[in-house]
Amino acid sequence: MPLTDSLREDILASVPNLRAFAISLSGNGDRADDLVQETLLRALANIDSFQPGSNLPAWLFTILRNLFRSDYRKRRREVEDSDGSYAKTLKSQPNQNAHLEFEEFRAALDKLPQDQREALILVGASGFSYEDAAKICGCAVGTIKSRVNRARSKLSALLYVEGADDFGPDDTVRAVIGSSR
Amino acid sequence: MKDSKPSPGKGGLNAEIQSRIGHQLRAMYDDVVRQGVPDRFAELIRKLDGSGQNHPQINPAGDFDAKNSGRD
Repeated sequence: MPLTDSLREDILASVPNLRAFAISLSGNGDRADDLVQETLLRALANIDSFQPGSNLPAWLFTILRNLFRSDYRKRRREVEDSDGSYAKTLKSQPNQNAHLEFEEFRAALDKLPQDQREALILVGASGFSYEDAAKICGCAVGTIKSRVNRARSKLSALLYVEGADDFGPDDTVRAVIGSSR
Repeated sequence: MKDSKPSPGKGGLNAEIQSRIGHQLRAMYDDVVRQGVPDRFAELIRKLDGSGQNHPQINPAGDFDAKNSGRD
């Protein structure tokens, strides 16, 4: 369809989510914004192939995801974001403990296989249905479900089980779980 | 569904962990969402009007072209 004003508004409205997706995938704020920019350029150049009435965010996410993956294959994360440059992109600087916890979470997320990470983000953060996430990733719904489950299990193991073998209710465990009991 | 995680064993604890993971994931994500639309993107979308001449003159990467299969 042609680029109408309302379509342009809708694309603009998707930008915050596209950025969040890109940063979650890449772990790098600058690179994420380049990805978003390329996504927008590509979307606008191919706007004729967008079906009116179909899911615009899903269409844009698909473009971004494919760009990221082709880019990823090329670059193989030559620039690792090991010192938390992602956190510097955040507006609200978390306090020290929350910051550490955040870095830990980010590091664990980066350890997931890419398939699992993107599935988890799409379903768990972007709020897509399993069906839409499957379309974005070009796979079956069941595949997405199992990737999300595996991602959650792995994160749970990385963050909360590793190094706490018997997982007793000791102080460490209580601290990381943030139990209010 | 196969579920080979080193489970803590207690369903309740596991559910608590899962909910915490979900919370952390969304917190990370929503923090970026709340930043809104940076000017560079608002400008980009404004500049490209709907007359189909989306030439990549606003092209930071230098090689943006959907049909360019010769990259790499």
